[in-house]
Formats: sequence, C-alpha cells, structure tokens
Amino acid sequence: MTALLEVDNLRISARNDDDELTPIVKGVSFKVQRGEVVALIGESGSGKTTIALSSLGYTKPGLEFAGGEVRIDGDDVISMGSDRLRSLRGQRVAYLAQSAAATFNPALKIGEQVTESAVLHGLMSQEQANERAEHLYRALELPDPDRLGNRYPHQVSGGQLQRLMAATALCGKPDLLVLDEPTTALDVTTQIEVLKAFKSVIKQEGAAAIYVTHDLSVVAQIADHIVVLYAGEIQEYGTADQVVNQPSHDYTRRLMHAVRPPPAAGQGDETSAAHEREAPALEVKDLLAGYGSIKDGEPAITVLRDVNVAIKRGHSVGVIGESGCGKSTLARVMAGLLPAAKGEVRLDGKALQPALQQRSREELQKIQFVFQMADTALNPRQRIDRILGRPLEFYHGLKGDEKRRRIGELLKMVELPQEFAGRYPEELSGGQKQRINLARALAASPEVLLCDEVISALDSIVGANVIELLKRLRKQTGVSFVFISHDLSTVASFADEIVVLYAGRVVEQGPVNAVLSPPYHPYTRLLISSVPELRVGWLEEAMQTQEAQAGIDRLVTLTKKGCPFFDRCPLAIKGTCDEQTPPVRRLANNHSIECHLDEAHFSQ
Amino acid sequence: MTEPANTSAAPTQFDELPDAPPKRKIKLSWPGKIGVSIVVFWALMVIIGPMIAPYHEADILDEELFIVPGSDEMYPDTDFQPPSKIVYLGSDYIGRDILSRILYGARTTIGISVLATLLAYLIGVTAGIAAAVGSRFLDMSLSRVNDALLSIPSIMFALVLIAALNSPGIIWLIIITGVIYATSVFRIARSLGVEVMVSDFVEAAKVRGEGLWWIITREILPNIAMPLATDFGLRFVWVILFISSLSFLGLGVQPPMSDWGSMVKENLPGLVLGSYAPLMPAFAIASLTISVNMIVDDISAHAGGKLAKRMIS
Repeated sequence: MTALLEVDNLRISARNDDDELTPIVKGVSFKVQRGEVVALIGESGSGKTTIALSSLGYTKPGLEFAGGEVRIDGDDVISMGSDRLRSLRGQRVAYLAQSAAATFNPALKIGEQVTESAVLHGLMSQEQANERAEHLYRALELPDPDRLGNRYPHQVSGGQLQRLMAATALCGKPDLLVLDEPTTALDVTTQIEVLKAFKSVIKQEGAAAIYVTHDLSVVAQIADHIVVLYAGEIQEYGTADQVVNQPSHDYTRRLMHAVRPPPAAGQGDETSAAHEREAPALEVKDLLAGYGSIKDGEPAITVLRDVNVAIKRGHSVGVIGESGCGKSTLARVMAGLLPAAKGEVRLDGKALQPALQQRSREELQKIQFVFQMADTALNPRQRIDRILGRPLEFYHGLKGDEKRRRIGELLKMVELPQEFAGRYPEELSGGQKQRINLARALAASPEVLLCDEVISALDSIVGANVIELLKRLRKQTGVSFVFISHDLSTVASFADEIVVLYAGRVVEQGPVNAVLSPPYHPYTRLLISSVPELRVGWLEEAMQTQEAQAGIDRLVTLTKKGCPFFDRCPLAIKGTCDEQTPPVRRLANNHSIECHLDEAHFSQ
Repeated sequence: MTEPANTSAAPTQFDELPDAPPKRKIKLSWPGKIGVSIVVFWALMVIIGPMIAPYHEADILDEELFIVPGSDEMYPDTDFQPPSKIVYLGSDYIGRDILSRILYGARTTIGISVLATLLAYLIGVTAGIAAAVGSRFLDMSLSRVNDALLSIPSIMFALVLIAALNSPGIIWLIIITGVIYATSVFRIARSLGVEVMVSDFVEAAKVRGEGLWWIITREILPNIAMPLATDFGLRFVWVILFISSLSFLGLGVQPPMSDWGSMVKENLPGLVLGSYAPLMPAFAIASLTISVNMIVDDISAHAGGKLAKRMIS
C-alpha cells in the first residue's frame, strides 16, 4: 500500500527582485502513512512551514515549486489545477494555523465557523455537520459541547480556541492534518491539555498529521516519526523514539542540548555577592496597580495587589506566571510606564516618582526596559548605529568618535560583527535583533535591566545563546535583572530568586532552590508538572497527576476576596479559600508561600 | 537566504538562520514605467509648455489661417475645426488652438493642484500628528471639528466659499482646496500616527525619557512617510479633478486663462457637432491621473510585497 502523503525530492525556491532563484527547500523526501503523525522540526528559516504547506499545493507569495513531487494517494498536488486544489484543501488536507485567536472571526458564532468548510465543500448538510461538530467537541473534551456552537470566540479561553481550530479542521474528515506550531503561543498548563486532546482525537479519527514545531519536547509526545530540518535539508529522519533517544546527527544533538531540562532545584546560575550593596538595587513595596481611572485609591481593574519584590545588585529575580497574571504590568510599573496606584518603587533605597515623566534622566538611565518583541521594539527606519547611539548621546553625552567606539564595544559585547552598525533592523534575524535590543538597553549603562519575555519569541538554540549572553553580562557588569517569563525552565536556569505570580498576587517567592523543591504552593507544583519533558510517554504520565486533572486550562480570574487560585486548586478548602485572603507563610531561607494550608500539607 | 556567505557556510556550522530579507528597492512594473514617463512628460510641459506652444493661450486665430489654398471662400469657420497642420489638435469654440491651451493649461492645472495638495498635507499632517500624540481633549476637539468639515459636501462647501468671496483669485482657490482636502489627510495622518504611537519602539523612546519633538520627528514621521506618500499621489489626483470640476462649473480658473477643467466645459457644445475639442483636455486629465495612480499602485505593491516576504518563515 502506498503512503497517504509522499514528498519526493521536493525543491522550493524564492525569487528575488532580480529574478534570481534562491533555493529554500533543497530536495526533501519523506512519507506519512495513514494514522501517523510526522513532525517537522527545525529553527525558523529551516523551511519547515514551507514544506508543510506544500502538501496543500500551496507556497507563500514569492516562493515557487522548483522540482520534485508531493503526492497524496498517488496524485501529485504540485501539478494540480486550481479547481482540483480547491477540492483538495479543506476536504482531504486541512491546515491548522498557529494562532487560533487570529484565525477565528470574532463576529460569527463558533458553530458556524467550525462547520463552514465542511458544508461549503458539500461534504455534509448543515445538520450533519452540526452533529459532527458536537461529536468532535466531546472528543476534544471541550466544556458544554451541546451549546458551545452558539457561543462567540471571545467567550472561550485561548486553549479552548486552539482545540476548536482542530475541530474546524477535522469536521470535514480530512485524510491529512497540517498543524503549524499549534501550541507554541500557549502557556504550559494550556499546552499540555491541547496536546492531549490533539493526540487522542487524531488516534480516534484515524487521520494522519504533519506537525510543525521547533520544540523537541512537544514532538516527543505526539509524533511517530520525526524529520529534523536545517536550512531546507533533512538532517535526520527516523522514528520518534530513535531520534529522541539516539540522535545520530550533530544538529539534532544541538537541538537536544538547547532544550532546557525540566525545572528543578540546583540549576540556578552561581551569582557572586561581589556587586552587592546595602540597599537593594530595585525594590517594590506593597504595590497596587492596574488599569482604568483610579477611584478611592483603587484602579478600575486591579492587576497587581500586595506585591513586594527586592532585587539585590548583581542578582536576578525571575517573575513567572501564566498570561494575564500581571508579569508585564509589574515591569511596566517598575519602569514608570504605568504609575502605581499605591505602594513604592525604590531605586538604591530612594523612592522613585511613580510616573516616568517625573523621574530624572539619571533615574531613567539606571532602569532599562528590554521589550519582548525585538521585531517591534526597534524602529525599522533607523540604522543600528543610530539605535545604539541615541542612548549614549542622550544619557552620557557621547559624540563623534567616542560614540562610534562605544557602539563598536556594545556590538562586541552582544557578540555581533561590527559591520552591523550600518544595517537596518529588518536585515537582521530574530536572534540578532534581540541582541541589538539588549545592546540598546546596555548602552545606557543601567543598574537594573527589566527583561520582559526576551527569549519567548526565539527558537530554542537562539534563545539558549541569548541566555548565555545574559549570564555573562551579569558577571561582567554587575547589572541586576528582573527576568519575566512564562517558561519556568528558562527562569530556573537564569534567576537566583523566583517570584510566582498568580492573578496579580505573589503566591510563592524565594530563592530558586527553595521554590523549585518542596514545599510547593499548589500552583507552583502545577506549573512545574506541566513543563514537557524530552522523553516519549511523558504526556500520559503527566495527565495522571492530580494537579493536571484539577487545574488545567481555566481562565485566570482576578478576585478581591479569597485566594484567586481557588477554583483550580486540588487542595482547596471550600468556605475558607474562596472567602478569606490567604496568609503569607514565611519559611526558612527567605522563602514564603501564600496559602491557607500549612507547611505539612503542601510538602507532600 | 540573504547573504551567499551565510548560506554556503550553513550546513556545517549551524549558524543562526537569517529570516529577514535585505531591503528591497522599488522595482517598477510596465504600467508603472509608463506612468512615470507620462508624469515626467507633463512635469516637463509645466516648465517649457508655454515656450513650445504654437500660439498664445488667449489667441483667437485669424480666419486667414484656415483658408484652404485654391478655394475662394473668404470667411471660413474657425471654431471647432478638426485637427490639421494649422491646429494640431483642432480649435475650440471661439477658434483658439487647443494644443496651445493644453500646454499653457498644464501649468495652471498642475501648479494649482500641487500647491493645493501640499497645503492640504501641511495642515492635515500637522493637525493629525498633534491629535495622535496630544492629550485626549486635543484629539477629541480636532477630530470633531474635522468631522464637521468633512460632513459638508466638498464641492458645495467650495462653491459657497467662492461665492462669498466674490470670484477671488487663484491664491484663494488653492487655499480653499487645500483646507477642504486637509480634512481627509488629517484622518489618515492621525490614524497612522496613533498606530505608531503605541508601538514598542515609541514606548522604548518614552522609557528613555525622550521629548515629544524627538518622538515625532525621529520615531513617528519616518514610519508614516511611506503610506502618506502613497496617499499623496491619490490625493493629488482628486485635487486635479476637484479643480477641474470647479473650473467646469465656471468658478475655478477664469478666462482667458486656460485650465483643463474649464476647457472641457467651454467646449462641451462641440460634442454635438462631432468635434474633438472637449475630448482633448479630458484626455490630458485622464492621462495624468491614471499615470499617477499606476505609480502609486507600484509603490503600494512594494510595501505589500515586503509584508508578504516577512511572512515567509
């Protein structure tokens, strides 16, 4: 029997302005059997998405097929006319894009959107399609399957939307699913749930799938075969077990190396006390902050409550939590972009004005903000030397040769070649842009760097390089870091203190080793157990734990009374946890946990 | 993908793969090239048109010119004559040379339109950026005033103003057109400005402590220049049509000065006589406006192409 999808010596090229062809995909061959999941893995620019899209007979604008065949059930899709392609897409091959939030139309009900393509292709009547959709909601373990179709996209959570995308794709019973990084943008707790649903529904439906990702730990959970790509060429191709456990190629080993081990005590970087001073470099006290107009000392929407964090000189504090927990808000309050409603921000022991307009230039210089997306944080119309030169000129009054020399030093510091000074941001890769983004903050010679998810948008190898760079900078310069991330493994390998935020409250706080070893706050335990491990079969094991079953994928709700984690907590005490603000329990070694349960309970 | 050096070294060293294409230059398509040559031609005519015109724009040609050698007709018709060696594009309703009038008219029509569009941009962009970066109150007041102006039909508005000023000169024509078109420029400049204002790099400049002037001139203006340039081309076309329609109604450029719009109007009776006279200036208007549009299309396709390239991962 022939395979469902056969990609045979596929070549795809990009045509530039001078009509020259640059090969993007250079002779790739692999097969997908029925009922099998094949993962395409590689960094951005490796051509993985381009290859996956070719199974739909599609290339992105500017690209064209240069040779080879892509056969579905023996039919070559590259040579198909647009009529046949139209019936192929959506009926036999379905595509699942990365961001569900951007794919769903907010003005239409979910049910209409899920069934649309199946009905449009005439595969089934509206009634049949509705029934099929309901069946899929159940299979994907979505809440309230009878009425879900009548809701609008904004009424369900991000993880649920991602699963609804899968329902949309599966509704027309396609033979092949193309999943393009479907869990990359999700929090770990959501990711685990989505992965589980995808895996079981693919098995149930007997569909085949191509799974595109850069995350090797995710691949290990879901794929049968793995294709490792680099620069448009296959580096390694084998069963998941074989690639994960006995990687034979150098590049695969490098990818494996860049996957951070699951967070555990003892991974934190050694930090010396050499740079410490009496007062902490940056400190926030009893902070209350939020958005909207302030009434009676409280903003309309309170995002942060009772936050106390201190960063010693030369140390780094990791702030961790799911999206919506207030991590970025905390950084914005520190930087003065969002004035706090109550509480203080102290720099070197001196209280700062809440709004940045009132802070002095010297104070501004000492706290630098590194934005999450280097793509948008660098002005596309300015050359790198102007981007880096401005803070030098602005804070230190450097000009001419001196400025040029310093720009050279900064580029060297972030390990970029000198000639990048003359380039524009769009001529750099994602990792290089992030380095420039860092260099700009360093140009001010700050005392505290606020890093907001600086490596979240980067591939694992690039991200690991940036982390190494940060560690080196901390040693050399004695800069303190506030390191914000939703990825616990990253924080565990970089910070020496961790602050766990949940719905605007600090639920646990302390040195890395104390936070990452028992006793845990129930939420910290959930976070730790949700980080995928790089081994086959981890997903099944993880789903058995009580945290996973109780607390995964719920909307984070901000509450004024009680513990915000109440409805997700497997150990919650009804009547206490939902009514009273939990007390802060101080444990040894500056470690504190905010919970009604005592130490004995959460030690288990 | 971008540098050959990187690609060739890649398979062994596993460098970071570049994912951003190098800057592209605008490459004109065939319609774009035609557009550019026609626009250049008219720009040239603005400068040298009156010099190469066979007659003056106000000259009513002598009947003698039209006497066919060998015929005994003493008083031939001079109006609405078909193209001939004497009048290359024919003559108009009182016997003036159409070609000369079009060449002279290029200077008035294009000159007035360019000045009016520039004025519209000066007012619209200044107010738009002010609304984008200013306080909520400033934004609201500017926007509402703008909405009020925008709600008046532009031709009616211009007619009322011109009538009130009792057939003013060309300067007032430019000012009135500029103000009317500033309203739509304001909207575009404001929305582009608001978009850039919330971008991370502007926020980065604010965190650095930069002043408003620096943010406007270094961060915002360079980033909205390209879409505004595209819009400038389109707006210019609208202004030409607007000035032409005013002249067509008899309220724009006053005789004996020639202007493409008024030429269409005054020669309209010729249509029933089978004359080309009203078609020639109409063709001039069409050639210029369509050419500008074709260039604008190329520029926006370039911007779109860059977007598409960025999507390739």
